[in-house]
Amino acid sequence: MKYLCLIYSDEAAWNAMPKADVDTMMREYGAFTEGIKKSGHWLGGNRLQPAATATTIRVRNGKMSTTDGPFAETKEKLGGFYMIEAKDLNDAIQVAGRIPGARVGSIEVRPIFETPGD
Amino acid sequence: MADGPGMVEGADAGVRETVDAVYRADSRRVLATLIRLLGDFDLAEEALHDAFRAALEQWPRDGIPANPRAWLVSTGRFGAIDTIRRRARFDATLAEFSAQLETSMQNDPAAGADGIEDDRLRLIFTCCHPALTPDAQIALTLREVCGLTTEEVARAFLTTAPTVAQRIVRAKAKIRDARIPYEMPARADLPDRVDAVLHVIYLVFNEGYSASSGGSLTRQALSSEAIRLGRLLVELLPEPEATGLLALMLLHESRRAARSSDDGEVILLDDQDRARWNRELIAEGAALVELALSSRRFGPYTIQAAIAAVHAEARDAGSTDWNQIVGLYDVLLRADPSPVVELNRAAAIATRDGPAAGLALIDAILERGDLAGYQFAHSARADLCRQLGRTADARSAYARALALARQEPERRFLERRIAELQDDGTAE
Repeated sequence: MKYLCLIYSDEAAWNAMPKADVDTMMREYGAFTEGIKKSGHWLGGNRLQPAATATTIRVRNGKMSTTDGPFAETKEKLGGFYMIEAKDLNDAIQVAGRIPGARVGSIEVRPIFETPGD
Repeated sequence: MADGPGMVEGADAGVRETVDAVYRADSRRVLATLIRLLGDFDLAEEALHDAFRAALEQWPRDGIPANPRAWLVSTGRFGAIDTIRRRARFDATLAEFSAQLETSMQNDPAAGADGIEDDRLRLIFTCCHPALTPDAQIALTLREVCGLTTEEVARAFLTTAPTVAQRIVRAKAKIRDARIPYEMPARADLPDRVDAVLHVIYLVFNEGYSASSGGSLTRQALSSEAIRLGRLLVELLPEPEATGLLALMLLHESRRAARSSDDGEVILLDDQDRARWNRELIAEGAALVELALSSRRFGPYTIQAAIAAVHAEARDAGSTDWNQIVGLYDVLLRADPSPVVELNRAAAIATRDGPAAGLALIDAILERGDLAGYQFAHSARADLCRQLGRTADARSAYARALALARQEPERRFLERRIAELQDDGTAE
């Protein structure tokens, strides 16, 4: 079963982090990604550009509106994601718990809708 | 049980009695196994009912099987495969599913009777999975593990049956769609997952224990259900904290008859008639506390139970071993630091060293800004001020507690205390 692990974090705290800590974190992410590729969980994933670069699109009554930024004003912003293949939710939670960002922000684990015939 | 099997007309009365007895004793076990075999809560419930209906039809004719539980599991399972096969005529994915089920059954024809206790643990851990909301964990546990009807759960939690039904439907949908597995937690997760189960059991117990008397009989039944769950967990998984929680519940429950007067008024621990405490429950609880403590892997529930045991073993309030109680609160504060534990420790110190010593500690907690909205911090403070003759302070603290109190008997208790102080106040 496929799960999307959404990595939420406080961008301001991330920006204020000393370079040495950022480097350590990035190394940990590298090692984590290698680890879940080896274990067969990895399907994809990446870091996202900051939320300030986001654009939100809505179509209402056939008319498209385009606005700046993410749609929700929360402190924690979506900063990256992994798409994983896991046996079940417990397996997915095990993987998500090892994402380095889980220690500073939070990870939302969402099962991906299974379309029959896929 | 409203959804018991004994409703089929014409079944022989003796057999029907047996079926009812098997239902009461074993329906949850059979359900737990059917969920594992069929991989779906709703399908398993349907299969459970079909199996009991079949028992009422066939047992009078063919005799009661040697192993009724295994018979029910296998009948339920066959019935479910039939059901799926019938539906599969319209749905290709179901055809695949029923084929899978049949293969698994051919490979493992004896499945069902073995590992049945493990299935009950799987059911408990699944119902208390941390990915479900606490409300859903409670509703699902009472419904699936305890076999309460939706109406019974709703009455106990002072809500409506559709609300509870909705919670259960959502929880089952999440179990299915997010694929929450039907399994024992991994060893590394076991302590946390056991904590989650203990938390659900303790919430159920407290919901029943804090219920006021009068018209609340159905709510008190929750405490009994919680104790039943506690016993089941200790039997299946004798972790020290599970034992500690069972001890804690039994020791609290032992005081039920003495906690309130016949007209429902609150009676504080010191004023309770200890002859009305249930000695059997106290003996069982105290023995379990010893057992949990001797494991040296105990936690907050066991320590709280040890405190309750010290109270329970004192012949009267005056002969309570307050030194030991304060010592246990020190241990508890290290194991589970919280302002509420600090408050209880302060109350114990007040009894051991005098009201001024306790009051200083409570004031320090309140000055830190903790517990300002906690009724019992203010009522404890009020009580100590009253003992010190600080009548005005006592009155205002009781008034604060009253403003925060939600239960009627507690409100009347605080009102009485304020009235008594006003009588004394004239002599000030």
